[in-house]
Amino acid sequence: MNHSTHPPISHRKAKPPPRNAWLMHYLYLLFSSLGLIVRTPLPSLMTAAVIGIALALPTGLYLLLENVQQVSSGWGGAAQISLFIKQEIDNKQVHALADQLYQHPDISSVQVITPTEALEEYRTLSGFGESLDALEHNPLPAVLVIQPITNEEITTQNLLNSLKQLREVEVAQFDMLWLKRLLAMMEIVRRGVLILAILLALAVLLVIGNTIRLAIYNRRDEIEIYKLVGATDAFIRRPFLFTGFWYGLFGGFIAWLFVNTSFWFLQGPVKQLTTLYYSQFELLTLNVLSSSMLLLSGASLGLAGAWLAVGRHLREIQPR
Amino acid sequence: MEIKNNDKISNFQLFFAIIEKLNSFFIHINLHNMITFSEVSKRYPGGYQALNQVNFHLKQGDMVFLTGHSGAGKTTLLRLIALIEHNTSGQIVVNGQNLSRLPTNRIPYLRRRIGMTFQEHRLLFDRTVFDNVALPLIIAGLRHQEIRRRVRAALDKVGLLNKEKSYPITLSAGQQQRVGIARAVINKPPILLADEPTGNLDPALAKEIMRLFMQFNQVGVTVLIASHALGLIKSMGRRTLILQQGNLIGDTYPRR
Repeated sequence: MNHSTHPPISHRKAKPPPRNAWLMHYLYLLFSSLGLIVRTPLPSLMTAAVIGIALALPTGLYLLLENVQQVSSGWGGAAQISLFIKQEIDNKQVHALADQLYQHPDISSVQVITPTEALEEYRTLSGFGESLDALEHNPLPAVLVIQPITNEEITTQNLLNSLKQLREVEVAQFDMLWLKRLLAMMEIVRRGVLILAILLALAVLLVIGNTIRLAIYNRRDEIEIYKLVGATDAFIRRPFLFTGFWYGLFGGFIAWLFVNTSFWFLQGPVKQLTTLYYSQFELLTLNVLSSSMLLLSGASLGLAGAWLAVGRHLREIQPR
Repeated sequence: MEIKNNDKISNFQLFFAIIEKLNSFFIHINLHNMITFSEVSKRYPGGYQALNQVNFHLKQGDMVFLTGHSGAGKTTLLRLIALIEHNTSGQIVVNGQNLSRLPTNRIPYLRRRIGMTFQEHRLLFDRTVFDNVALPLIIAGLRHQEIRRRVRAALDKVGLLNKEKSYPITLSAGQQQRVGIARAVINKPPILLADEPTGNLDPALAKEIMRLFMQFNQVGVTVLIASHALGLIKSMGRRTLILQQGNLIGDTYPRR
């Protein structure tokens, strides 16, 4: 019984590791995984660029949409009123009415569209020119397009009601249908962008998943040795999650670069165009909030992709 | 008076006898079986029978050799203990833990209590000797200073302190084996398994490696060494398990 002098060494309670040791470990992982990516710059850059392009597409489209919305909201405020004049009122009376309305304090401008002008416009726009010739007389009424001085709903509504009372007026209505149509179209485009964003986010997940899968198989021996000396799956998973995080973050940054460069490239011509229409228009670009959202979504997609890949492939690797 | 004295003495004797009994009882508990194999068989997919109804037990603090020709099942037996393989039938109890009831997510913690060295060393060739030995401690989440202290102590023990910054590829086979041993014992496991630790070493080096294992055994580590170097095993004078084609055909104790 020569062993009896030795104290029992089984069933020792393992002390929980100190807190700052874990913090150090995480910091170490953060930078060592960055180091691994930087050590192979070209392949890493290519992966990040693919992620960047996939993220840049929906981001750019989204920004474009935001800009269109900004423009249309500028227009939408200026509600116009169309006054359809009764057929029996002649041109002279119409112009007299227009002059009279122009004096109204709530009206900033009045535009007269005579039946002949309206027909001419319809002829060129509709393409029914030939068939219109068959008509014996012009069926179109004269129209007064009225621009209210304010955009307040009550004022304009009162104005509309008072205009309806006029003897010469057949119908008075807000001319907003085109705007509603535009908004409806934009809603469709918005949904389209959303679907595209989801598809491309999936693509990012797959790209990162595949990159991580390759990284796992490249380090197969290492993983086996880690498992042999008692590493938990969580421990082995961690560096790969950090790698995914970095790829996603870099992808997000590249997307940011793409979008900002493209908008910078567009800025000149857009400015030229908008000064012709709408002088206050300012092209929206990525601000601090949307930039950080882009980076954050890149990083979290990277993490998620890595998580999916690691979860599946680590189980397959068992020590030989 | 004399009778009374005698009574006193016999009371003392009785008292000591009881203490001794208690003592041996506790010793018995302390020296519980570290590794128990009961009717353990291992059949690989494809039908190869690596182990066939093997029975034995190792007590805490034992140092035992496992021998047999190549392919007799030595490596498989060691791998079953660390759950690198799962036995197909029978029961293995390691340190009071029935391995067949061990959930998968507990396997890493079992392996942390078992130091293992491998025939092909299984070192990380892109890390320094220091980092290789430190690996189990990093996994356990020890503080950096503590890791540094213990790795240096372990490297000192195996005589490689001057090689801590070298890469394993620059070391000889014997030195690599010793790095593996340092890594296996760094976490102070109660069990040490060694698979052919003297595989390609010359007799003098092999003797040195064996001396290392004996030193660990002397501080209470249960050591199981698989080896086919019969001469070396004989010179060590320890209990030896003999495997032949998956059957345990001998469990010899040295003559004292």
